[in-house]
Amino acid sequence: MSDYNFAYLDEQTKRMIRRAILKGVAIPGYQVPFASREMPMPYGWGTGGVQVSAACLTPEDKLKVIDQGADDTTNAVSIRKFFERTAGVETTERTNEATVIQTRHRIPEEPLTEDQILVYQVPIPEPLRFLEPRETETRKMHALEEYGLMHVKLYEDISRHGHIATSYAYPVKVEGRYVMDPSPIPKFDNPKMEMAGLQLFGAGREQRIYAIPPFTRVVSLDFEDHPFEASKADHPCDLCGAGDSYLDEVITDDAGGRMFVCSDTDFCAGRQDAGYRGRLNAEEAA
Amino acid sequence: MTPLLSVRDIHKSYGARIGCTDVGFDLFPGEVMGIVGESGSGKSTLLNCLAGHLSPDRGEVIFDTRTDGPRDTLTMSEPERRMLGRTDWAFVHQNPRDGLRMSVSAGGNVGERLMAVGARHYGDIRDSATDWLGRVEIAADRIDDRPRAFSGGMQQRLQIARNLVTGPRLVFMDEPTGGLDVSVQARLLDLLRGLVREMGLSAIIVTHDLAVVRLLADRLMVMKSGRVVEAGLTDQVLDDPQHGYTQLLVSSVLQV
Ligand SMILES: Nc1ncnc2c1ncn2[C@@H]1O[C@H](COP(=O)(O)OP(=O)(O)OP(=O)(O)O)[C@@H](O)[C@H]1O
Ligand SMILES: [Mg+2]
Repeated sequence: MSDYNFAYLDEQTKRMIRRAILKGVAIPGYQVPFASREMPMPYGWGTGGVQVSAACLTPEDKLKVIDQGADDTTNAVSIRKFFERTAGVETTERTNEATVIQTRHRIPEEPLTEDQILVYQVPIPEPLRFLEPRETETRKMHALEEYGLMHVKLYEDISRHGHIATSYAYPVKVEGRYVMDPSPIPKFDNPKMEMAGLQLFGAGREQRIYAIPPFTRVVSLDFEDHPFEASKADHPCDLCGAGDSYLDEVITDDAGGRMFVCSDTDFCAGRQDAGYRGRLNAEEAA
Repeated sequence: MTPLLSVRDIHKSYGARIGCTDVGFDLFPGEVMGIVGESGSGKSTLLNCLAGHLSPDRGEVIFDTRTDGPRDTLTMSEPERRMLGRTDWAFVHQNPRDGLRMSVSAGGNVGERLMAVGARHYGDIRDSATDWLGRVEIAADRIDDRPRAFSGGMQQRLQIARNLVTGPRLVFMDEPTGGLDVSVQARLLDLLRGLVREMGLSAIIVTHDLAVVRLLADRLMVMKSGRVVEAGLTDQVLDDPQHGYTQLLVSSVLQV
């Protein structure tokens, strides 16, 4: 522990990041530039999220880290270990016990409370990037609220696929002002972004931080005749039977066998502990 | 009658070199003004100053706005000017690549300006796009193709559709027929002439092709070394050029 400052980053850097976070909270959805530090992990491993978490953590915090909804994937495990080593904070897999949750690709199924912070790892923070590569121009578009281009992307989707095929990183408008990339969460999670918890987004390589304060209006963009839909696989979970959670499709053999299971492992385990059973788990029912 | 556009004393230098200087004129609703002159005479510089792409060192570009009447666009706020740029103004570039999104389908290219001003009904946007593709003679079944798959002439017509879809009142064009072969040019010119008449458009067209101005322009300005050396009704200027340079210009091309 004595080899590192608490949570790895020095206090000067944390102060700089907290300033960026505060600015982000003050201007919901606005991308605040910050001086991203080298972290002892490669870009793409959540260096932005890790820096935001490091700036938020206090010794009393309890940290949960998920990747695609699961606590036990390599990325989640290594980030959790990193903070166990450098901050000595307690960690947990239980959503309702955690005070800080760092995530990649999911929002937990269990609604968050006012006492919780959700930190997202963001690869590409600029939602306008793919149609307008010039940074000077995208900044101007944000400043002047010129967001027609976002609908051009959705238009292209419909013209090619017959419906809005964007299913991850589905663009949203925050508090009626800034259009924001919610990071590659499934669009199923978009409605959850109107929540009691504080949401912080960190992009390490792109050096941007943005935020959604609690109880902020978050609207998914769409067309009048092609309204937004928070879709998911049309199945209940095969392990816990939940009909309202986001599911991963798992191939179980090479004969076309497959099952659908909750991507949120803690949520699924909690339901099974409470006695709920899905199709492929029935024989074990108590 | 209030001019649609009143240009006063425009001057633009690039360091010590003069881009254009001392330019002023009025453009009335429904009028098409041609600007001709040799390469480097300042045509594009002037056009870009008028359209808000370059800021001139001095002068006024007063546009008769729909809501507030005549306003100097050079002193407008940037959001206002950009709004004008996607509603009442249109700009057709010589190279369609500069005026199109090459990675977006033809329909998306035409629909962009509609969405930029708030259109949020996919079916309506698509209907407008289909209609406009038809008006510029692009088959409806090409609506989902990218501009890359189009010929140069088609790309240019697509650029025109993309610009006119919001019903602008003033269109700036910089060599709209340049870079196209002669038969394609002729067809594009016909099309442009039809649209200008039908929509009652006002336009400022830069070209060094006298055939283009003969066909499209009511009035003509001749530029040389950054200055307007002669101006007047197109037929007058072309049939009875007064300035030595204009005489040279007219005599150097086959009679049209
Ligand atoms: N970005 C620039 N920097 C410096 N000088 C420039 C720039 N753009 C144009 N010029 C100069 O300004 C003058 C007018 O150029 P402009 O491009 O307006 O001419 P033009 O009449 O449009 O020519 P062309 O018919 O070849 O398109 C020329 O002397 C040119 O070299
Ligand atoms: Mg030019």
